[in-house]
Amino acid sequence: MIAMRIVVPVKQVPDLVEELELNSEGSDIDREFVKFVANEWDEQALEEALLIKEAVGAQVSVVAFDEPDVDQTLYTALARGADDAVKLTGAGDGWLSTAERSRLLAQWLSGQSYDMVITGVQASDDLDGQLAGTLGGLLGVPHASVVVGVEPGSGSVTVTQELAGGTVVRTEIATPCVLGMQTARQAPRYAPISRIRQAMSAGGLESVEAPGDATGPADGVELLRLYPPEKAGRAEMISGDAPAVAERIVEILASKGLVKL
Amino acid sequence: MPVGGRKQPPVATELENATVTSSLSGREWELPGMWNRMFESRVLSGYTTSELARISSLPGGESIEWCYGCGKCVPVCPVDLVGEYGPRKLHRKAQTGVNLLGDADLWMCTTCGNCLRVCPKEVDMIQIMPAAREAAVTDGIMPPELQDVFEKTFRQSNCLGENPRRRHAWTKGAGVPVRILASDPRPVDVLFYVEDYWSYHPRGQQAAQAFARIADAVGVDWAILGAEEKTLGDSQRTAGEKGLFEALMEDVVATLGKYTFNRIVTPDPHGFNALRKVYPTYGHNFDVLHYTQLLAPLIDRAEWAGSVEAKVTFHDPCYLGRHNGEYDAPRRLLASIPGVELVEMSRCRENGYCCGGGGGGMWLDGFNSDRVTERLSERRVKEAAETGADILAVCCPYEVSRFEDAAKSTGNEHLKVLDIVELIDAAMFPR
Repeated sequence: MIAMRIVVPVKQVPDLVEELELNSEGSDIDREFVKFVANEWDEQALEEALLIKEAVGAQVSVVAFDEPDVDQTLYTALARGADDAVKLTGAGDGWLSTAERSRLLAQWLSGQSYDMVITGVQASDDLDGQLAGTLGGLLGVPHASVVVGVEPGSGSVTVTQELAGGTVVRTEIATPCVLGMQTARQAPRYAPISRIRQAMSAGGLESVEAPGDATGPADGVELLRLYPPEKAGRAEMISGDAPAVAERIVEILASKGLVKL
Repeated sequence: MPVGGRKQPPVATELENATVTSSLSGREWELPGMWNRMFESRVLSGYTTSELARISSLPGGESIEWCYGCGKCVPVCPVDLVGEYGPRKLHRKAQTGVNLLGDADLWMCTTCGNCLRVCPKEVDMIQIMPAAREAAVTDGIMPPELQDVFEKTFRQSNCLGENPRRRHAWTKGAGVPVRILASDPRPVDVLFYVEDYWSYHPRGQQAAQAFARIADAVGVDWAILGAEEKTLGDSQRTAGEKGLFEALMEDVVATLGKYTFNRIVTPDPHGFNALRKVYPTYGHNFDVLHYTQLLAPLIDRAEWAGSVEAKVTFHDPCYLGRHNGEYDAPRRLLASIPGVELVEMSRCRENGYCCGGGGGGMWLDGFNSDRVTERLSERRVKEAAETGADILAVCCPYEVSRFEDAAKSTGNEHLKVLDIVELIDAAMFPR
């Protein structure tokens, strides 16, 4: 008997070894030649889900939109131990805002049975961090973010969250619930490439048309301009012998008011 | 041993204890029992053979059972010279029930092949080690450093995790045009497979640029794949990721199929080994040369504008020499350079000492550091320094950075480490 079902939404983000460029309108990065990889926080979410599965048994389902290079991410998830993988197609080519993303996911999830939705607390492309909360709100279920540990109980889960200032809080939350994962209890496991290839040749991805309606209340956010960080100041290389360097360092520290001469 | 040094002392674990009671005073004495001090009868044959059977049942692991314990492999094992290692020792551990797949020993073999050279029973660690490691990797067991390299290789198709689209960035500094097949797909004689370290490592890029100038000067018709190139992944294979190697091979074969060329030339003996020995087992046959084999017959065409007035010693790469039998081409090149006086190290050619980089060792420096008294590269650099050489010449892309670091850490900064192409380049185009 399957004890519970955990759904893990994952998102594709640009591989940061790439040199990112802006499109000509300056409204987005140039997505044409960039390789995309799984958002690292979503990998933490999957790892935690797999740890729960190993401990108490669960069906782990991974879901993603049809974003660039997403098949590799989904097959890797299957090779790591996820039970099934769903690809939501037809939601558009470009970047989905968290609001659009959560509306579409909520519509899809409302037709699913689940005990927990575990996703990354944020994604490296927008550092928005709103998906878990918004999803919880749309689905009308409790949510917790910055989670660093999940212990399933019956009808509830105990989550450990890392809050500001080094505070750790443990909360019991009724299921179903949505959790935003900061770090899993262990580093994401390795998926042997032979197993990823087996998953690929078995072709176990389920493609589902994404629910059509991403419209809803405005995000409250309008993208004005996307630009590379502007250079702020430069490092000063101090040359000379040790006393000269020391003198210059003291001078700088004094000018910043950090030492009194 | 030509150079002093010390071995890692064996770890003695006292498994048995005995308490002796004096018949006079009644006092009890704790006597820790070493394994060979017998206080009561014990069963000598009570070990499980299941661990040995587990390894020998793996495809490639069969020959571990052929070992009859002569121990010839141990003194030639490069790791044993700085630690406690060797095929016979691993065999004995497995025989006594140690699970090698969960043991640190599994990752320390550099697959240098010197044991196989002397083994009367042809126990083949070059097959056994990758097979056993593959079984461990499949269970998710591997040093984190290695996992990182596997993941980078899978994602970026190079072990360094560098941007795949910057593979040919080195060509800018070559000073001669370098043809890239994607933009100029006409048939070519030599497809030059640059591999990771010559593509991305700053010292490797210098060697690649030197090669470009020499190839241009001696009239080689050559081109590279540029951003389409992916690593051949031979060291990832010997480190246990056969699936990754096979995935790369599929892509490499598809890319090579788009172009017409006569032969592949590579500076990387590991890639050379993959194309020469492993690809054919999957039905992919290419005419492949190491760059020293390409240049040796052409070096008479070189015009020497200068010379390299130096005493030079040469380090045989395991995967060019022992694994593929080429000892002469690099030496012919060195002998052709005006001014070079070649001096051999005591361990050379068939008995060349491993730099420590093979079989994944390139990526296990931290993991191995707790388990050996010094790096293999450090020991080798000391041997090179002992010859009185000014220059340690190499022709494997792993070695320049390994030996340069080792020269610094052993106080042999005076010993310059240069690829053979860098020496040729310096003599042909003095600056």
